[in-house]
Amino acid sequence: MHRLQELPGEWIDRSVALKFHFEGREYSGFAGDTISSALAATGLPYLGRSFKYHRPRSIFSFADHDSNLMFQVDGVPNVRGDVTPLREGMQVTAINTFGGLYNDKARILDRFSAFLPVGFYYKAFHSKRLFPRWERMFRRLTGLGTVTLSSPRALTPKRYGFCDVLVIGAGPSGICAAHEAVQAGARVVLVDEGLRAGGSLTAVDGEERRSMSALLQALVRSPRCDVRTATVASGYYADHWVALTDAQRMTKMRAKAVVFATGVIEQPAVFRNNDLPGVMMASGARRLVARYRVAPGRKIILLTGNVEGYEAAVELHAHGVPVAAIVDLRADSGDELAVQACTKLGVQIVKAHVPVQAIRGFDARVQALDIAPLQASGGVNRDATRRLDCDAVLMSVGWAAATQLLTQAGATTAFSPLLQQFLPDELPAGIFAAGRLNGVFDFNSRCADGRRAGGAAAAYCGYGESRLAPVARSTRVPSHPFAIVDHDSAKNFVDFDEDLQVKDLQHAVQEGFDSSELMKRYSTVGMGPSQGKHSAMNALRVLSRERGMSIGQLGLTTARPLYHPVPLKILAGRSFSVERRTPVDAQHAALGAVWMPAGNWRRPEYYAVGGATRLQSIAAEVSTVRHRVGLIDVGTLGKIEIYGPQAGEFLDRVYAGSFSTMRIGMTRYGLMLDEAGVIIDDGVVARLSSEMYYFTTTTGGSATVFRELLRLNALWGLDCQLVNVTGHRAAFNFAGPACRAILQTLTDIDLSEAAFPFLANRVGQIGGVESRFLRVGFVGELGYEIHVPAGGAVAVWNALYAAGVAHGLRVFGVEAQRLLRLEKGHLIVGQDTDGLTDPFEANAQWAVNMGKPFFVGQRSLRILQRRGPRQMLVGLEFADSARMAKESHLLIEQGDIAGRITSIARSAVLNKVIALALVTPQRAAASSDVQVRIEGGEMLTARIVPTPFYDPKNQRQRVEGA
Amino acid sequence: MVCPLNGPRPVLEFAYGGEVRTMPDPASCSDAQWSDYVFNRSGSPAAKFEWWCHIASGFWFVALRDTLNDKVIATYPAQAARERLEPPESLP
Repeated sequence: MHRLQELPGEWIDRSVALKFHFEGREYSGFAGDTISSALAATGLPYLGRSFKYHRPRSIFSFADHDSNLMFQVDGVPNVRGDVTPLREGMQVTAINTFGGLYNDKARILDRFSAFLPVGFYYKAFHSKRLFPRWERMFRRLTGLGTVTLSSPRALTPKRYGFCDVLVIGAGPSGICAAHEAVQAGARVVLVDEGLRAGGSLTAVDGEERRSMSALLQALVRSPRCDVRTATVASGYYADHWVALTDAQRMTKMRAKAVVFATGVIEQPAVFRNNDLPGVMMASGARRLVARYRVAPGRKIILLTGNVEGYEAAVELHAHGVPVAAIVDLRADSGDELAVQACTKLGVQIVKAHVPVQAIRGFDARVQALDIAPLQASGGVNRDATRRLDCDAVLMSVGWAAATQLLTQAGATTAFSPLLQQFLPDELPAGIFAAGRLNGVFDFNSRCADGRRAGGAAAAYCGYGESRLAPVARSTRVPSHPFAIVDHDSAKNFVDFDEDLQVKDLQHAVQEGFDSSELMKRYSTVGMGPSQGKHSAMNALRVLSRERGMSIGQLGLTTARPLYHPVPLKILAGRSFSVERRTPVDAQHAALGAVWMPAGNWRRPEYYAVGGATRLQSIAAEVSTVRHRVGLIDVGTLGKIEIYGPQAGEFLDRVYAGSFSTMRIGMTRYGLMLDEAGVIIDDGVVARLSSEMYYFTTTTGGSATVFRELLRLNALWGLDCQLVNVTGHRAAFNFAGPACRAILQTLTDIDLSEAAFPFLANRVGQIGGVESRFLRVGFVGELGYEIHVPAGGAVAVWNALYAAGVAHGLRVFGVEAQRLLRLEKGHLIVGQDTDGLTDPFEANAQWAVNMGKPFFVGQRSLRILQRRGPRQMLVGLEFADSARMAKESHLLIEQGDIAGRITSIARSAVLNKVIALALVTPQRAAASSDVQVRIEGGEMLTARIVPTPFYDPKNQRQRVEGA
Repeated sequence: MVCPLNGPRPVLEFAYGGEVRTMPDPASCSDAQWSDYVFNRSGSPAAKFEWWCHIASGFWFVALRDTLNDKVIATYPAQAARERLEPPESLP
């Protein structure tokens, strides 16, 4: 390969030379080069190694899926050489080599390939004992680039996009579709994975390209059109939601209609040594020559089975790259004009011959092609094989429609034996296909088909009318039906990603993996980085021959998202999910909050003050609540209001307790069950008036619980309405022995024990904001939950904080609260209960009123009550406080699992390690000892004790005096 | 999907709420009947009445959906199905 003279329209800027390193040596390319084109111009014999046999490989398709030319570039693995622009100073190495590209020790695998047939791994390496050894070996041998664990973390952005018509593919049909839709008034996004728009036209010169350039310029200037190149439509999801991936980000593009003008992908001929460096696709050679001015060789043989082969020869000749000979697989080319044009240029034309094998030269590149004549019977006369010298073989034998995205969108395809191509069959609403994908091959027809599809898509979105008639599909056959030649010595590759030969696919069929999907899974055909884009059709043709079934009967494998490899940094970048923050988030941050996720909120786990460690901070927060006063933001709780004459009735049905009979001004704990009687949520319910209740749900369950309550309300049709005020209200728990005195200075509510007893609720002013006060005791001290409108949250928080600081107040976080409630034996739904725990097992029967006529889960509880508990939630105390068990450590009895720890902490106030555990009912009796197995297999002794651990008579929550 | 309240909306705005099923009368049904109602679902594809919620507006409705090809055949306000879904008479 060598660089050609300058040509108008080339993509490289010869005035800017770029130096780069490849395999440790310095080379030079031009601005505008891709890594592959710059390397090709150096004249290096080959540029990469294959995945399995480490065979030398070079440019093959040059169409964004050259999977043997991925490189390690400046520490980044698997960079695609065919599309990545060259930069000054790039450090490029080949991937998957042992000792470098040109001295790869693993190249010996090629000699052993006969002993490594497909399915070899499954059969040879299933020994459990030896598997880890084999696994290590194969992980080392078969791999692509090397992940650099020290790479800096890149938080790639994500973006939402909206348009009327999304056109995928900016070839002639895509450009015309976009233009037609823009003309109709639609907002259009036109995307193409190529570095420039134009599709196949970027490799030709002439009137066609000029007319498309004019249209493209009009689109680029139009305010209604957004043209995005180097952008891959990498996945289609429900309702025309398409993931667009570029080098920087993923865009979630929501379109009202989508035009697929994804075109066709050139397919290789399959013959022995068809992977030698120098053998490549004709379309790839055209791109290489026209864009980057790199000639594939000096003595070129073009292998063809369609008219595009002859067109390529003429085009290459015009660009200064003569083709020595054309070998046509067919006896009749079907297009004499094209043949004459080539003859006139002095090209030797050999018809009705097939390639038997390519011959490897000393530099590992192709040096000759053996061809043999086809007989009238269809067989190949190998005795008449002759050798043609060459230094490049270009293949133009057929195409595969890029239907992957289209089928993701729900379209069905049907195989056309005439065109030898899958064509769109039934298209869902709002989905349109155009161009070569749609079986329309000549230039004017593609443009017309694009306009037809673009107009129809715009009309679907309400712009103009769909008035253009369908365009007739091609009658010329663009693809050879079977450009596959068997060879006794194999190495006739179908899949270049996975080094699969024809015989590998035959073996898969012989082993019984004889459908498209099974063959794919067994042989891994189409599972490499190019995802079958140049192997699926040929694999299907081999399968079709082996099974004696038509390609239409067998069908393509399912093409799932992603259509094209997407770097993990793009997928793992900034999340689309929202992180919720309470109104006093900035106050937490100022106080030194260390954050943790809670549901979709961020909450302070604890506050780091004055260099204290995490455990010291939590202990100090706990101690302050027990002895003085603490303040915690509990605004992440779900908060729901219910109004109406039957509001109490509704709550009676959805909670296990009774609320219709609860007095106004009181609150009560509520336990929510599912139909199986399992605890799914809890909270407190406050009755504010006869027909209005205010209640809370857990932080994590708020959205789903509210939604389910709405469903039950729709189902039952009771006279009540629910409002989710989770975001409308902030909530703080102000707790500790000193809280009442401090709070009384801030509010007009009489806080005395007589006026506002335990479990009562009041509405009143605090800091000028009308708020709801619930006197509840999750942390086990005198305390008030203050529910404030979000707009007043900062004022109230600041007032509480300012008034409390003089009394030694500390803000406390989730960890301190977990410990405080554990001392009280209060359970956390989902932590101390699992997907089977009923109220009897959780010692929460006090919150259940079985005498009610109905509540969700009641009927199941009747059965469970008779059957008895499967497990019991109990308290544990550990004698030894030096070593600590952890959550989910198991209780062991006579070698069997007898339970597990659900919550555990070291309690300073009790001077003990305490825990909650779910245990078998036989072990639940108080005062018995149990064994807990901790890390390293050590056993700790714990004693089952009644809960609460702390203040069992709740005296601290009913404190007299002000 | 066509929401009876909001009109056609992207399907990602909706949450699935399970098949619409009639609860047996808890007072009169056997334990076996009740367990069957709580735990067993038919997974065989068919046109089924299902609960769907338009998440943004919190509006629940009933959709008749062919679960074989994931096509929504029709949607109804929740009231339409309530006749069959009315809780048993033993309720207050």
